[in-house]
Amino acid sequence: MKRKSGSNQDAVVLPKKKEGFIFNITRYKDYYLMLLPGLIFFLIFRYGPLYGLTIAFQDYYPLKGISGSEFVGLKHFRALFTNPFFKRVFRNTVIISIYKFLVNFPAPIFLALTINEIRNLRYKKVMQSISYLPHFLSWVVVSGIMMEFLSPSRGVINVILKNLGHEPIFFIADARYFRGMLVLTSLWKSIGWGSIIYLSSIAGVDPELYEAAAIDGAGRLRRIWHVTLPSVIPLLTIMLILQSGKILNDSFQQVYNFLTVPTMEVGDVISTFVYRTGIQEMNSSFSTAVNLFKNIISFVMVIATNAIAKRINEYSLW
Amino acid sequence: MVKTKDNKEKSRKIKKSGEDYLVDIIAYAFVTILAVTIILPFLQVITISVSPSSVVNAYGFHLYPKQFDFSGYKRIVSDKLFWHSYLITILRTVIGTSLAVFCTAVMAYPLSIQKLPYRSGIMKFIVFTMYFSGGLIPTYLLIRGIGLYNNFLVYIIPSIISAYNLIIIRNYYMSVPRSLEESAEIDGATGMQVLIKIMIPLSKPVLATVALWVAVGHWNSWQDNMIYVTNKKLFVSQYVLQMILKSGQTQDMEMTTDVVVHTETMKMAALVLTMIPIVCVYPFVQKYFVKGIMMGSLKG
Repeated sequence: MKRKSGSNQDAVVLPKKKEGFIFNITRYKDYYLMLLPGLIFFLIFRYGPLYGLTIAFQDYYPLKGISGSEFVGLKHFRALFTNPFFKRVFRNTVIISIYKFLVNFPAPIFLALTINEIRNLRYKKVMQSISYLPHFLSWVVVSGIMMEFLSPSRGVINVILKNLGHEPIFFIADARYFRGMLVLTSLWKSIGWGSIIYLSSIAGVDPELYEAAAIDGAGRLRRIWHVTLPSVIPLLTIMLILQSGKILNDSFQQVYNFLTVPTMEVGDVISTFVYRTGIQEMNSSFSTAVNLFKNIISFVMVIATNAIAKRINEYSLW
Repeated sequence: MVKTKDNKEKSRKIKKSGEDYLVDIIAYAFVTILAVTIILPFLQVITISVSPSSVVNAYGFHLYPKQFDFSGYKRIVSDKLFWHSYLITILRTVIGTSLAVFCTAVMAYPLSIQKLPYRSGIMKFIVFTMYFSGGLIPTYLLIRGIGLYNNFLVYIIPSIISAYNLIIIRNYYMSVPRSLEESAEIDGATGMQVLIKIMIPLSKPVLATVALWVAVGHWNSWQDNMIYVTNKKLFVSQYVLQMILKSGQTQDMEMTTDVVVHTETMKMAALVLTMIPIVCVYPFVQKYFVKGIMMGSLKG
């Protein structure tokens, strides 16, 4: 700590500005040489596409290229607001995000609390391992598993429904169930993994606090309520804020693998729309405009929520 | 008097243990039900993949195999496209992971040195890319423009350094005590020598974690294939699996009964083969992933 503040002071007291840029570079050229390939990589592959964003303001034709295509200003953005499909995908994206948020945000916290209450360590470990597993599978695999599991003729749930005298439900292809299915499959995939971060924060609680609470006569429920839960509140607040900034970030990989014609109306989201218009229909400029519109809103929201989170707590992504 | 006191104490104890039981029941029940919910779909998939068509078509639960028939696996094994894609996936995972870890480890090192001028500016330059990207089409045009379209390298190069992994590794370097490094520098070692001889051996845990993340990412990746590759010789297994799964669907709709049966077992056989490396390796490497999450929550 002491050393760190010392070196900070050095930086203030002895600015090497006199020697300037060239001096700094040559003095640390070892390090800059190690950085250079990475910086070039970021410049080409992460900043390069930003130049390509200009096609959102053009009528892009592949033969003419970016420099030769005609500039049309905000034409595609105006088209976007009158496009009926855009309204639909925007609404779907927000609704699905909110559903997922309502279910998938509290679920891992509840799981962490219950796992924490399991006293048998072996059982606890096995259960944790099982719950993390789906996180490591791709959405292609998970969608294949779920199409089988939720199948109207063979799936366990539908066999139970049929035995109870109900009609089988085609969960994957029925528009009424599609959004719920998206929420529950992503819960299936991510609940265990999501609980790790809360478990680690619970593990940081001083055991003496539990003992003190027990001596004061607090039962297990009250210990959970007054000791365990408060220990995750700061983390929970941050996660809540950061998550709310991601409301437009839909899961392309999930939705694309589940989406079929009958569920388009309720399941088509921004990223699948961008893919369809851009790659399949070759409507590059319009697709880029949609994507840019979403990215700008998303960027502003993430930065804003990040700043709020930082202010509330010193913990932050940056 | 004494008796009532005893009674009181007893009743308090009973109340307490009642609450204990309640918490235990809820905790064990919830966690167990969750685990069963996660395992059941796997059981069904595996059962279908090894069952003969008569069983697949029969009504009822399919949670354990009653009869064995490996024709689904046989057909998948004889499918050249599937095996070739499997090979491509292994190749991209091995090459992609080693290159990614090496490049990220090298680039992270200078950024962990606090006295390096312009360090925070460079960090901002990198972190920005985590929050704003050009999006699908501009990236597509770039990939086509620099000749990576229909090229194996499209699986390796565009994802070689991720800002997130870079920050994780850099943070770990920063937590390593500087004294060793400084003495090496005084002895005249260059930055690269310090990195290879001191920092990388000291950072094995974080490098292993990042390597596993990247490897799983490569194994599971299919979007780059779908967007940038049309040459079947370069397809990856996840993409081929997706094609197999989707082709089954359309056949379902066309009601070509005989094919459906085979396709169903074939689909599940392909699915099992695609996920089996992850499921097998997973129990042994799981703790590294969990460690990684903790590292990720370190402040940047």
